[in-house]
Amino acid sequence: MRIEVDAPKCVTSGQCVMIAPDVFDQDDDGIVIVLDENPAEGQRGVVEESAAVCPAAAIFVIED
Amino acid sequence: MADTLTSFDENPHGLVDFPMAKEQTCPFDPPPALKRIQDEQPLTRVRLWDGSSPWLVTRFEDVRTLLSDARVSSNALGDGFPHFNAAGKARFQSNHTFVNMDAPEHPRMRKMVTRPFMVKRVEALRPQIQAMTNELIDEMLAGPKPADFIEALALPLPSLVISELLGVPYQDHKFFQDQSAVLAERDAAPEKVVAAIDALRDYLGQLIQAKRKSPQQDLLSELVTERVDNDELTDQDAVELSILLLAAGHETTANMIGLGTLALLQHPDQLALVRETDDPAVVSKTVEELLRWLTIPHLGRRRVAAEDIEIGGVVIRAGEGIICAADIANRDPAEFENPDALDITRDARKHVAFGFGVHQCLGQPLARVELQVVWSTLFKRVPTLALSGDFRDLPYKHDALIYGLYDMPVTW
Repeated sequence: MRIEVDAPKCVTSGQCVMIAPDVFDQDDDGIVIVLDENPAEGQRGVVEESAAVCPAAAIFVIED
Repeated sequence: MADTLTSFDENPHGLVDFPMAKEQTCPFDPPPALKRIQDEQPLTRVRLWDGSSPWLVTRFEDVRTLLSDARVSSNALGDGFPHFNAAGKARFQSNHTFVNMDAPEHPRMRKMVTRPFMVKRVEALRPQIQAMTNELIDEMLAGPKPADFIEALALPLPSLVISELLGVPYQDHKFFQDQSAVLAERDAAPEKVVAAIDALRDYLGQLIQAKRKSPQQDLLSELVTERVDNDELTDQDAVELSILLLAAGHETTANMIGLGTLALLQHPDQLALVRETDDPAVVSKTVEELLRWLTIPHLGRRRVAAEDIEIGGVVIRAGEGIICAADIANRDPAEFENPDALDITRDARKHVAFGFGVHQCLGQPLARVELQVVWSTLFKRVPTLALSGDFRDLPYKHDALIYGLYDMPVTW
C-alpha cells in the first residue's frame, strides 16, 4: 500500500490528520503532508477512511 | 412528477414549497416531506420564496457528487443562485467572502485563514477550551435552578473560543453575539441584516487598525501584519473575513452544543455510554453521530450549476439552482443503516453535516474539539442534569438559518 496526495487540491479539512495521525500531517497553511508513504498494513483501515472522507478527494491509496 | 408527489402541499405551479416544516412532535428529525421526496423522487425541483425553482438533492451520494463537482458554483452574486431569502441575499451581497466564491479566488482567500484551524493548533487549544468549559459549568452550578443551558454554556463557550482565536475582546460579547444572532435570523428584514453587518464591519475595522499598531498572537493581527502588509489582502478583505469567522463561530457550534445535549438527555441509554467512558474514541464517535443525526444547517447547501450536469437521470441546466439537503442525505438508508436511530456506537464520520467538496467547513477541527470537550465533561460534572419541562414545548429555531434552540431550561 502506497499513499499519494494531490496537495494543490487539499482544502485543509484536517480529517486525515485526525483519523490517521501517524500517516498524515499539515504544513503551516494546513495543507496535507504525508508522513509515511508506505504505511504498515495495520494502518489500512484509517488510511482508507481518510481517503473516503477527504472532501477534496486528494488522497490516493495505491496497491503496488 | 405530479403523479408521485400529489401528497405534498403543492403551490399552483405544481412544485413543492421549500423549506418544509418539521413534525412538531419530532424536533430532531428532518421534515417528513423530505423523507418522502428522498424515497420517491430524490432529485426534484422545488419552489422557493422568490418563485424560483432550484433542484433539491436528497440522496447522500448525489449530495457528495454535486458538492465536489467543479461545474457546481458557489457564486451567490450571479443569477440563479438559490438564496435562503431576501435577508440571505442581502447578507451575501454585503459580506462577500470565499464562502460564495469559486476557484481561483476561493482557494486563495480561504488559505488566508486556515492556519488557526489546523488540527495541531486546535489540539493545542484543548486545555484552554477545557478550562473555559469547567468554569462555565462551575458558574451554572453556583447559580439558580433552572438555568438556561444555552446562556450558561452552549453560547458562551464557542463565543469565548472564537473571540480568543480572532483576538476580539470578550468584554464586547453582548454586542457581537447580538449582531451574529441577527445574521442567523431567517426572516430578518434585509435592512436589519445589512445594519448588523455594517455594525460588525465598523467594530472589526477599528479593531484591525488597533492590531496593526500593537499586534498580538491572534488571527486578526496575523491577517493585518502578514497578509495585508504583504499585499495578499486588502484592509477591506481582512474585515470581511473577520465578520464571516466571528459570525460563523456563533451560529454553528452553539446550536450544536444545545441541541446535541438535548438529544442525549432524551436518549438516556446513549448518554450513559458517554458519561461512563474515559475513551476519547467513544466521545469522538458520539460527536460524529450527533453531527450526522442533527445536521443543523437544515436549509441545505446552496449552489448554482455553471454548466449542464447530468446526474441520477436528470439534467441540471447551466444557471439552475441546486440545494443539497444534507439533513436528509445524512438519514439516507442507502448510506447509514437504520438512519433515524441515534446510535453513538456507529461509525458516522462520513456524514456531510460540514458539507463536502472544496467548501467543506473550515472550522470543523475546532467545532469537533469544542463538542468533544463539552460532552466528555458535562455529564461527569453534572450527572443529574435534566431538562426542566417537556422537550416538545421548547423554542426550536425553525425560523433560523441554522437549527437549534433559543433557550433550554435545565436543572440538576
